[in-house]
Amino acid sequence: MGTQGLQVERGESGPEEVIGLSGALTVQHLAALHAELEVAPPHALIDLTGVTRIDTAGAWALAEFEQRVSAAGGAVQYRGATEGAELLLSTVRRAMPIAEELPARPGGIHALLETTGRRVMGAAGFLGGLLEYLGLFLAGLFRVMRHPREFRFTSLVAHCDDVGLKAVPIVSLMAFLIGVVLAFQGATQLRQFGAEVFVVDLIAISVLRELGILLTAIIVAGRTASAFTAAIGSMKMRQEIDAMRTLGLDPVTVLFVPRILALLLMLPILGLIADLMGLFGGALMSWIELGISPSMFRTRLVADVDVSNVIVGLVKAPVFAVIIGVVGCHAGMQVKGDAESLGRMTSSAVVTAIFAVIVADALFSIFFAEVGL
Amino acid sequence: MTTAEANDTIIRVRGLRTQFGSHVVHDGLDLDVRRGEILGVVGGSGTGKSVLLRAITGLDRPAAGRIEAFGTEVLDASAEERARLDDRWGVMFQDGALFSSLTVRENVEVPLRRIPDLSPELRRALAELKISLVGLPYRAGDAYPSELSGGMRKRAGLARALALDPEIVFLDEPTAGLDPIGASAFDALINTLSESLGLTVFLVTHDLDTLYATCDRVAVLAEKRVLVTGTLADMLEVDHPWVQEYFTGPRARLARAADRPNAETEAD
Repeated sequence: MGTQGLQVERGESGPEEVIGLSGALTVQHLAALHAELEVAPPHALIDLTGVTRIDTAGAWALAEFEQRVSAAGGAVQYRGATEGAELLLSTVRRAMPIAEELPARPGGIHALLETTGRRVMGAAGFLGGLLEYLGLFLAGLFRVMRHPREFRFTSLVAHCDDVGLKAVPIVSLMAFLIGVVLAFQGATQLRQFGAEVFVVDLIAISVLRELGILLTAIIVAGRTASAFTAAIGSMKMRQEIDAMRTLGLDPVTVLFVPRILALLLMLPILGLIADLMGLFGGALMSWIELGISPSMFRTRLVADVDVSNVIVGLVKAPVFAVIIGVVGCHAGMQVKGDAESLGRMTSSAVVTAIFAVIVADALFSIFFAEVGL
Repeated sequence: MTTAEANDTIIRVRGLRTQFGSHVVHDGLDLDVRRGEILGVVGGSGTGKSVLLRAITGLDRPAAGRIEAFGTEVLDASAEERARLDDRWGVMFQDGALFSSLTVRENVEVPLRRIPDLSPELRRALAELKISLVGLPYRAGDAYPSELSGGMRKRAGLARALALDPEIVFLDEPTAGLDPIGASAFDALINTLSESLGLTVFLVTHDLDTLYATCDRVAVLAEKRVLVTGTLADMLEVDHPWVQEYFTGPRARLARAADRPNAETEAD
């Protein structure tokens, strides 16, 4: 195949132009063949006697040539075509695509306005969807409270293990390092004023009020929101959710309530662990770097730092938990039939959850500043 | 090298053994595919029909055995020989396996990009021809795979497999998941293309109607090898419980009855 190239001879014979084709009329030589047949005579006789091989590309070039000749009122005849070539030609002739004008897409300012409008409506719809799922979760929670027997306790425990216990190492390590970093940075700055000892206040207040719970929530958002989306989304993909509905199981009670409830129970505990580990890291670094002994650290901590800091920090945990859980479950339910949308929704769940947690944290800060806590 | 071409056996599998861990799928499997035929490969679930297809096309490496395609040893082929083989065969996967980020036309254009001096206009025109050849409407070319129905995706997958006019196409369950009308339209398409393009077809299927409507020869996979090959009429003579059950069961009788009107015309 393809060893013989393509040869074209053109000659006049009466009213018709004779085009002798020989060699391989294949896709490899299509460019040459198409160029040779560029000029369409009024009438043509194509001699295919010398053709060794013809494929759909070659047949397409001939059929397209025919179309141009007959559009100009002429006709094309063939000589020496094998049976196979005839069959191929007629198949291709029948299949010649007829170009359709596609509706033009609106451009310019109109399209810009349209996309902006659609995006805004999409964002509003998304917020509405999140609120709807929050409502579904609360309704499911109340239903479970009224009929505790419907509740799957095993499922709750399994999710608590997944969401809480298995997150302890990463959360502890993160909080410990944050304490270390704060102590180190604080020490270098405060030393300039000879106020090293205030590093305790710095670490305690920033870890207890803000960083402990915020960073825990961010880690949990990355770990758990994506896990919720992937789990629920793959169930949606395999129609397990539809199966549940037909079997009279409520996806909200079976899937959402145990997951979000587990987060609700575990995130405050994780936050508390993060607080403790942050203080531990800070104390250790203060001891090494500034010579503040652990007992002195403790004394200053008890004397200077009000317990309200811990409360202000941990009171945010349930809210973050609900945000992360609802975002994760909502995204999971948005998964369509294909794996691509599962991946897209999983990453979007993480981004949305982290963003929403930070926004909520900012709102909390404003609120606490206003009420003077 | 020329012997295989001479007697028109284009694919020759000898002593194939494939296994996953300790699970042996094929053991001592022999199979010939002849030029121009439509060969149906049937077998119960888990007999390794698709595994055989993957082994022949070099997607999975078998544990032992020889596979010769167009006179080339597939298993020892150099990169250039592989590339030449890839030009000579096309594979249609179960759900089309279209690239989801490209439109259908761009999907069909992918193999055409390997032809050196093909201008974008010609490439586009050829892709449109292939899309029309497999019976898709013109507009489908601009659609993304996710916007198409299962049957249309299969057709688009076939269009891509046919892009370079291969000599043989491997079809993996071409009618699975199609409604009966769509399935028989696909059977007719396979017949037309095989006839008019001189195509050899290696067809993995479960669908008895497809077997009766299209296949010249059938290879039955059972007991880890090709139990028997032959025409559909031969299958009725085979004394093996699975083959008996498969080809004389109620569904087979229906499929055979449906095919009878065509049988006479095909005989001569």
